[in-house]
Amino acid sequence: MKELLGVINLDHELDKLNELTYFRCGAAVPFASRYRLIDFVLSNMMRAELESVGLFVRRKYRSLMDHLGDGKSWDMNRKHGGLFILPPDWNDPTDTSIGDLQHYHNNLDFFKRASAKYIVFSGSQHINTVDLQDVFQYHLEKGADATLVYKAIDQLQPEHDPCLRLELNDDNLVTEIHQEKHHPNVYLDIFIMEKKVFLEQVEYCIAHGESFFFRDVIQKNRANFKIAGYEYKGYHAVINSLESYYKNSLELLKQENYRELFQKNPVQTKIKYEAPTRYLDSANVSNSLVANGCIIGGTVENSVIFRGVQVREGARIINSVIMQKCIIEENAVIENVIMDKDVHLSKERILVGDSKRPFVIAKSSKI
Amino acid sequence: MKKKEMVAMLLAGGQGKRLKGLTKSLAKPAVYFGGTYRIIDFPLSNCSNSGIDTVGVLTQYEPLVLHSYIGVGSDWDLNRKDGGVFVLPPHERENGSSWYRGTADAIYRNLKFVDQFDPEHVLILSGDHIYKMDYNAMLQYHKSRNADCTISVIDVSLEEASRFGILNTDEDLKIYEFDEKPAKPKSTLASMGVYIFKWDVLRKHLLEDGEKANSSHDFGKDIIPLMLEDGNSLYAYPYVGYWRDVGTVSSLWEANMDLLSDHPPLNLNDPNWRIFTRNPNQAAQYVAPEAKVSSCIINEGCIVHGEVKHSVLFYGVEVGEGSVITDSVIMPKVKIGKNVRIHKAIISENTVIEDYMEIGIERENEDEILLIDNRSKKRKSVAAKTI
Repeated sequence: MKELLGVINLDHELDKLNELTYFRCGAAVPFASRYRLIDFVLSNMMRAELESVGLFVRRKYRSLMDHLGDGKSWDMNRKHGGLFILPPDWNDPTDTSIGDLQHYHNNLDFFKRASAKYIVFSGSQHINTVDLQDVFQYHLEKGADATLVYKAIDQLQPEHDPCLRLELNDDNLVTEIHQEKHHPNVYLDIFIMEKKVFLEQVEYCIAHGESFFFRDVIQKNRANFKIAGYEYKGYHAVINSLESYYKNSLELLKQENYRELFQKNPVQTKIKYEAPTRYLDSANVSNSLVANGCIIGGTVENSVIFRGVQVREGARIINSVIMQKCIIEENAVIENVIMDKDVHLSKERILVGDSKRPFVIAKSSKI
Repeated sequence: MKKKEMVAMLLAGGQGKRLKGLTKSLAKPAVYFGGTYRIIDFPLSNCSNSGIDTVGVLTQYEPLVLHSYIGVGSDWDLNRKDGGVFVLPPHERENGSSWYRGTADAIYRNLKFVDQFDPEHVLILSGDHIYKMDYNAMLQYHKSRNADCTISVIDVSLEEASRFGILNTDEDLKIYEFDEKPAKPKSTLASMGVYIFKWDVLRKHLLEDGEKANSSHDFGKDIIPLMLEDGNSLYAYPYVGYWRDVGTVSSLWEANMDLLSDHPPLNLNDPNWRIFTRNPNQAAQYVAPEAKVSSCIINEGCIVHGEVKHSVLFYGVEVGEGSVITDSVIMPKVKIGKNVRIHKAIISENTVIEDYMEIGIERENEDEILLIDNRSKKRKSVAAKTI
């Protein structure tokens, strides 16, 4: 769809996943056995057939770049357009911009060159399957200056606390944007806006010393702008803390969540060439997600296992998330643990965390 | 084109009649194997891992799936600026058109293709065997003997020998005789259908053979004996390792079962010799609370509620509650209902097995491997029954 340009802005996202984000940004955190958080928003953008997608990164983006490559996995390696990874750049001595406006100012060419008339912005912390084409059509029908995507949450969780809320009138126009904990309409960090208006506002904001586009343009101007709310009803999870990461990982073991997230539309990710998973005669696996390339000889219960993990005979893994290429040796026991990539756990070791506060093992440790 | 030391020619036109329903609308090299692969992944990955970057794939029978599967070859790292993978179907020429008449004829008709790379050597491969082999090591052997042709051989049992092309050699493995499927084999060195030729020597013999009206234009039957007659130097290259011809339903089933022991003879998890394939990109497999999985291979996208024992599940297979699958191969996207029992069968792609079906239970002939697809399931001749 040439009318819509995609922008993924990671600048305002805090890397609050402790050990998991010491050396990578939140968007690059592995999730659901074989994906990284960024895959979900990129897959949504791919499905909407956007011609170009710009990704603004500032910190710890080495592993993210490695994962994204030339964008081929999301069909974004194009002659025209495609995926643009745009790291921070401060070559302009006259630049006075701050905050995420700095990104926009330094990459004006990216916006100007794109043939699209509208822009869809998104973050990476809200896992969803939003149909961006549908949001765009809704935006046009509403004749809004901006359209914001939200979900009405039945049971609010601690991870929703930092999220913005939308209050709407009968016409589904946004009347308030605030952070009141008990309001159910959680903003999904996705909005659509006309490019011309966006660029005018960027210029105005920089001239007036503002720093964050969403806060300073949309949130502050809700009275001057016509802002529509688009209600999304599908699968949704927010990953903005270790606790929410752990909880939502295990929630995928519920059939309805698994089907809603994966079966309607495939989620794309960087391709690895792993053999299918091999279960040995001694394997005992239940209620678990397992990616390819694993060799499992032990017990795995209620856990999420990433690619290339080896669980040797007699080992027990319960309520845990085990990332890529970990090796769990004979008779080791793991319960309520998040284990980052390449961890080697020796024989007969026992690691037990709390079900509310899982024990996290940093990448490449040998225990 | 840049001059290449060796170009590989992969014969992938075979119909594979003995694979019955599996090759009804699919060339044999495109048949599924090992939970995620197709047979052709093995020679293509071997080429890629051996550093051979120019591969011609000769197709003929039902080529659609094969052509779209190979694509530009990026999955095997064979999308190169200089070289890469080329699909070569038979084509019409000035003096008429015909299908490839034999393995040698297929190469003969593509002389121009090989010539443009001006190679020293040509590697001939077939697309119907499961094995991991370093063709570069074979090339070094071929060069060290200054051979005109080197044939890769595997030691088979004397009983099996009459199924293969058998090579009779002297002590230093120089070949003096080639028997195609001999009734009384004189040795147990069987040809694997992997040949390296000096291109100029092969070229000359292909031109000669191409003119012969009574030739079957086959490497084993015609070219090799002709070269021996002409006094060329031919050597056997002994291969040690896992090698399986998967030309029949039962051998395909057996090769799949070979993957299921705790220490399988064919290691697919070796990071230094990966078998590349087109990734179907499916979500992680889900093993339900009531499921039991042991001695099996399961691919991504599967949802298992029942019991899977000593079996291979390809991607996107669903197994309902109470179902038990033993000693079977379940191909992609098969949906198995509840309380189904399947034993010693191959279930073809996209087949739907209804609740309470029994397949291969209480069979008369234990050795026979049942092949089930959506059509055969309805026929009475299949030992499938509903209870």
